[in-house]
Amino acid sequence: MTTTEEHASPVGYGRLQRKEDTRFIRGHGTYVDDITLPGMLHGAVLRSPYAHARIVSIDTSSADAHPKVKAVITGETLAGLNLAWMPTLSQDVQAVLATDKVRFQGQEVAFVIAEDRYSARDALELIDVDYEPLPPVVDALQALDPDAPVIRDDLEGRRDNHIFDWEAGESARTDEVFAAADVVSEQDMLYPRVHPAPIETCGAVADMDPVTGKLTVWTTSQAPHAHRTIYALVAGLPEHKIRVVSPDIGGGFGNKVGIYPGYVCAVVGSILTGKPVKWVEDRSENLMSTSFARDYHMHGEIASTKDGKILGIRVRVLADHGAFNGTAQPTKFPAGFFGVFTGSYDIEAAHCSVVGVYTNKAPGGVAYACSFRITEAVYLVERLVDVLAYDLGVDPAELRLRNLLRPDQFPYQSKTGWEYDSGDYPRTLGLATEMAHYDDLRAEQAHRRDLNSAGLSRDLMGIGVSFFTEAVGAGPRKHMDILGLGMADGAELRVHPTGKAVLRLSCQTQGQGHETTFAQIVAEELGIAPDDIDVVHGDTDQTPFGLGTYGSRSTPVSGAAAAVVARRVRERAKIVASAMLEVNPDDLEWEKGRWFVRGDPEAGKSIQDIAMAAHSTLELPEGVEGHLDATCVYNPPNLTYPFGAYVCVVDVDADTGQVKVRKFVAVDDCGVRINPTIVEGQVHGGLADGVGMALMQVMAFDEEGNHLGGSFMDYLLPTAMECPSWELGETCTPSPHHPIGAKGIGESATVGSPAAVVNAVVDALKPYRVRHADMPLTPAAVWRAMQGRPLRTDLAI
Amino acid sequence: MEISVTVNGQTYQRDIEPRLLLVHFLRDELGLTGTHWGCDTSNCGACVVWLEGVPVKSCTVLAVMADGRAVRTVEGLEDEVGLDPVQRGFMACHGLQCGFCTPGMMMTARWLLDRDPDPSEEDIREAISGQVCRCTGYENIVRSIRWAAEQGVTRKESDVESTSEVPA
Repeated sequence: MTTTEEHASPVGYGRLQRKEDTRFIRGHGTYVDDITLPGMLHGAVLRSPYAHARIVSIDTSSADAHPKVKAVITGETLAGLNLAWMPTLSQDVQAVLATDKVRFQGQEVAFVIAEDRYSARDALELIDVDYEPLPPVVDALQALDPDAPVIRDDLEGRRDNHIFDWEAGESARTDEVFAAADVVSEQDMLYPRVHPAPIETCGAVADMDPVTGKLTVWTTSQAPHAHRTIYALVAGLPEHKIRVVSPDIGGGFGNKVGIYPGYVCAVVGSILTGKPVKWVEDRSENLMSTSFARDYHMHGEIASTKDGKILGIRVRVLADHGAFNGTAQPTKFPAGFFGVFTGSYDIEAAHCSVVGVYTNKAPGGVAYACSFRITEAVYLVERLVDVLAYDLGVDPAELRLRNLLRPDQFPYQSKTGWEYDSGDYPRTLGLATEMAHYDDLRAEQAHRRDLNSAGLSRDLMGIGVSFFTEAVGAGPRKHMDILGLGMADGAELRVHPTGKAVLRLSCQTQGQGHETTFAQIVAEELGIAPDDIDVVHGDTDQTPFGLGTYGSRSTPVSGAAAAVVARRVRERAKIVASAMLEVNPDDLEWEKGRWFVRGDPEAGKSIQDIAMAAHSTLELPEGVEGHLDATCVYNPPNLTYPFGAYVCVVDVDADTGQVKVRKFVAVDDCGVRINPTIVEGQVHGGLADGVGMALMQVMAFDEEGNHLGGSFMDYLLPTAMECPSWELGETCTPSPHHPIGAKGIGESATVGSPAAVVNAVVDALKPYRVRHADMPLTPAAVWRAMQGRPLRTDLAI
Repeated sequence: MEISVTVNGQTYQRDIEPRLLLVHFLRDELGLTGTHWGCDTSNCGACVVWLEGVPVKSCTVLAVMADGRAVRTVEGLEDEVGLDPVQRGFMACHGLQCGFCTPGMMMTARWLLDRDPDPSEEDIREAISGQVCRCTGYENIVRSIRWAAEQGVTRKESDVESTSEVPA
């Protein structure tokens, strides 16, 4: 593609076609499994069939004897290297390969390295593991029972399955508000365990050069710099001898933030064999062992006046973290950013308490476009508001409008300690209801209910509204870190002599289009065409340090860094231009792409001319270095707070419980949009996620701890048939503290949409006096809710 | 065993294990990594290629079943005239994000348009309903295929440069 003037491509923000697409549409992307190195070996992981069992013995002799097997690694092998356990992202430890017990079905037990991927799999069958099954803890609600089996007896002194207690808000004040309220509505609700399921599974190619001692790991990582540091800390390897490369990534959604045992085994395998080792998990391995999301058992209460003024919210949560506490989140936030559960409403008091527990399930918890648990928080409050609307007999859109924060309340200090940066919530909700023709929908619904009552129709219609506020862009480094690493992002910009440029970023793209949008940020600031700006990312040897792409942080943090380095270059260019024009820098004015003399627009120099001059023999003012480049580390002063209003319309078959999403209107406000087409694409994907979670996606377990969603035949994902044509709207309330006013959009729709779908389904079931039903609202779950016998969707019953 | 497979017009002879899957034959034996693998169970469709002109999920086809037959992959969409309209449509309409499902989606789209040059949105959704995309919510995939339909089957010299401004 080109960006010559006749094609009118934006030199800055706008609907620019993506630069990365030219390789993807030809099948020329380079994903981890596309990498083949000379002499490369293949690894495969043996996994536990039990959820909880003691390992009596492991016999690898038959596997070792396989003619194509080069090595078999067990926990014992790793223990000899002090690598049997690795730190998690939540100050816990996780077994790389089990030594004492297995603690979830699918846990890693042994690693085979063979000449090809089929032989490695064959050899797994030859390993004989003798297990002594133990009773598993499957139901989080029973994890703290006094007689519950203790899962983590590896931790010294551990006598129960308790991980942490955490609370936010003012308990006593909230109790007072509730005691004085006219109305208190309460509801138990489950946000079930789900999995982000990117179509590309996780994998790595590890290559330890035995001569130089340099380790290169091509891997599915959303955070290559963090991975490098963790490898250095875990394996004791010198950090400058480690290069982590995230090549093209086939979707991340949070699934590729952490380090998995397979990666570590590939690294160890390469060290032991002296050859490159590739490990790519299969789909069942991905679903059963890598980072899940949610699994929050919530009890919410909402207090209001009799005319619907919300006064307070009180929440208790039981958080199922699985067998190892491996959630990826800032250290001070064991429940992520769940503290934003007060949502978008002007209330007097709020309090929540969260208890984290171990169960015999895979570790994880924060993965799946959730902005560190904001998905759970938004779902909770948006369901609670609908429950209150049900109890009060008030329209749920009207109830929200009465309680939304007003524009004049920003910046707003929430009752749980968050500072919302900017917003105009009523305008956004108003646009959503207008686009959806909300009043007409309600009239149609009333007519439909008349037909239902008269026995003339069995089709139920439901209308669901949700309003969400996110807190994204982690974050201010004095408050936020991953494993002690502050969440600031570096950026480097170098303008070449001919005026082309290279921008080096710490964050990594998994489909978000960074190569395009970040070039557009620099283009907007400097007037260099986006096609003349190469965006380098995903390679720790070529990019500055930063914490990666998750929690919708790329644009809020690295996007800000890109704007800041571009402005620094612009200021440097100003000095060079002043030397070229022989005027005082204070006499120069900027317009996109050039500095010119104030009052004499003809006397100016383009950024390209300036770049050449900066590299030339031109005499520059004393103290000014030549060349044209800049670096920065951006430490966000606050999080950014995107928000939005969604309206979902469903039709439900009263005889089968089948739900069809008929219409979905989404109005998002993510501040300034760099590339609106890419923003809309992000929203589309998140909405499909919301429909999937609300209607079909769940990882349930049977009483033995068997995973019941271990393939795409059991873990259902939405296809084009389940998704409506999304109708999008936009409002723009710039972030006041972000250099370009952007807020981040990657997770908004995933966060905001599940509640809209569930609210719509529950609304459809109102004639059956259904006030709540847990996700996923499968036909069986809907039908059972209509019978007054709701399903426990997370267990096989 | 010895097989001979014609892929994108070029014939390859290889000695392979009978159990080798077509997706691994294409990727590992021929180095055609544009075809992806995603699920093992024929659910995701990342591995869709054409076998004798019909889209198949190559993760559940044995390579030996392609012996003596013709396979077309994403690498065979572009020809000497230029990109296929489907490829241009996916670029023009932002029909891809991470790009992992894209080759399979495009192979199905090309097959659909060859049979029905003017499919409705419903037709398109049904045609790709055996394939999963986690990024796009399908909206822009549907638009991309419609865009290609509106270009007609005749490829034009005008390449993607003429459409670098994405329609709203």
